[in-house]
Amino acid sequence: MRSIIEYLREIVLGIWSLLKGMKVTSTYFFSPGKIVTQKYPENRKSLVMLERFKGEVVMPHNEKNEHKCTGCGICEINCPNGTIEIISKVIITEDGKKKKAIDKHIYRLGMCTFCALCVKTCPSNALAFSQKFEHAVFNRALLNKILNKPGSQLMKGVE
Amino acid sequence: MLPEIVAQNTSASQSVPWWKFFYDFSLLTQPVDVWLKGSVSPFWSTVIEMAIVGVLFLLFYAVVGLFLVYAERKVCAFIQNRLGPNRIGPFGIFQTVADLIKLLFKELIPIKNADSFLFNLAPFIVIIVNFMVLAAIPFSKGLHAIDFNIGIFYVIAVSSMSVVGVLLAGWSSNSKYSLIGAMRSGAQIVSYELSIGLAIITIVILAGSMQLSEIIEAQRTGWFIFKGHIPALIAFVIYIISSTAETNRGPFDMAEAESELTAGYHTEYSGIRFAFFYLAEYINMFIVASIAATLFLGGWMPFHVGSWDGFNRIMDFIPPFIWYIGKTFFIIWIIMLFKWTFPRLRIDQLLTLEWKYLLPINLLNVLIMAFIVLMGWHF
Ligand code: SF4
Ligand code: SF4
Repeated sequence: MRSIIEYLREIVLGIWSLLKGMKVTSTYFFSPGKIVTQKYPENRKSLVMLERFKGEVVMPHNEKNEHKCTGCGICEINCPNGTIEIISKVIITEDGKKKKAIDKHIYRLGMCTFCALCVKTCPSNALAFSQKFEHAVFNRALLNKILNKPGSQLMKGVE
Repeated sequence: MLPEIVAQNTSASQSVPWWKFFYDFSLLTQPVDVWLKGSVSPFWSTVIEMAIVGVLFLLFYAVVGLFLVYAERKVCAFIQNRLGPNRIGPFGIFQTVADLIKLLFKELIPIKNADSFLFNLAPFIVIIVNFMVLAAIPFSKGLHAIDFNIGIFYVIAVSSMSVVGVLLAGWSSNSKYSLIGAMRSGAQIVSYELSIGLAIITIVILAGSMQLSEIIEAQRTGWFIFKGHIPALIAFVIYIISSTAETNRGPFDMAEAESELTAGYHTEYSGIRFAFFYLAEYINMFIVASIAATLFLGGWMPFHVGSWDGFNRIMDFIPPFIWYIGKTFFIIWIIMLFKWTFPRLRIDQLLTLEWKYLLPINLLNVLIMAFIVLMGWHF
């Protein structure tokens, strides 16, 4: 007798929980609330990507055209795909010392998997991700970028 | 036995106003039939009528199949707070047409070591079975290709043949995924056929007939789901559950469980053969939904309440075809809701549900229904 009651109880509870689930989905069906779909090409002007979105690796420069990259080459070593190539040069500082500095920070977007290892391991926080995602170009060579802007210099106080 | 033939061309007799056709299609089909019989020999008139019906069914098949694929994607999207297809045509309504055109142009990849004859045959078996079932479905008053006196029996018997196509597809494609998918589908259909059959028997007991037109006629004073109250309601629920399982749809879609078996029995199919399977799945859903609508919700019969003549008269103003489509799509909506609400069952859970729950309840339900009919306790 007890097992029969247990059996019927199971059925009723089961149906009840299924109906609960269907109530949730049908509520969404009739009043979806906030639609999450982005109508992309139309809303291109107003589209704001999430801050955490990894579009491409960039090197932020301040208004005096200074960046924080010391040319240490750690990002090049850490990149799993060989995306980054550091070409450094030797400069003479004001007090007459020789010092290594970045000449070209070459970033090949076509080979990047956006793993963020370079951004995370850079000791002077010189790299960041931009939210740009429209990367299509007609020539593959255009995907090879030099991240430090021409004529840029190391920011004061960054070693 | 000549099939009662349906045609939708406009060359109808002038005496009847055109809107009457929506209430009784035989007004349209009878003159065509008479005219054909008068102008050609009986043999050729039968051939021509069959050809017309065949073409109409082909059109119907394509339109309904494509629309259901679209509807499924929209329903799924709304449930998940998305928009769904919205690019091709207004509200993306031509999306599935575009998909079909794409599939038509795709290469039919030959499979190494596959049994090519059976491999090519399998999609056609599934489609042919679909057509055979569609022939027996009453779409509206007078819009009914064949009215067998064992209509509903024919429908269950023929529709269970589609598993042959699925099994052949799985066996002949020489792939583990396909074979496992097909075997699961076999186990599933064999068990759930039983539930469908018993749920239908419950209604056949109440109706006292297996002829679909008579079953509908018997619901003139109220749909069976109201007339047969508790046992009919239980049978309805069981029918919906087991027909979802029989059409291999989620949450019972283990035959093609995409997370475990890539695509189950149609993994190896490409191009238009894949489209056949895909469309057949949706037409199957349409078929089970329209059978449910016919048996429990009165098919094309408008909503009537016993002897409220005024109310019944008002309801009669809505054409039967609208009633039929409305009910069928309501049930299709429920089945779609199932798919997008519930997680997929494991094979053992699936068989437990059938053999430990649905079957005993169903057997008891048939008994209760027989008793109620015997005592005259229904409405
Ligand atoms: S970006 Fe950072 S890690 Fe890479 S060379 Fe410059 S300072 Fe070193
Ligand atoms: S994100 Fe990863 S792959 Fe891309 S440049 Fe940085 S380390 Fe290399």
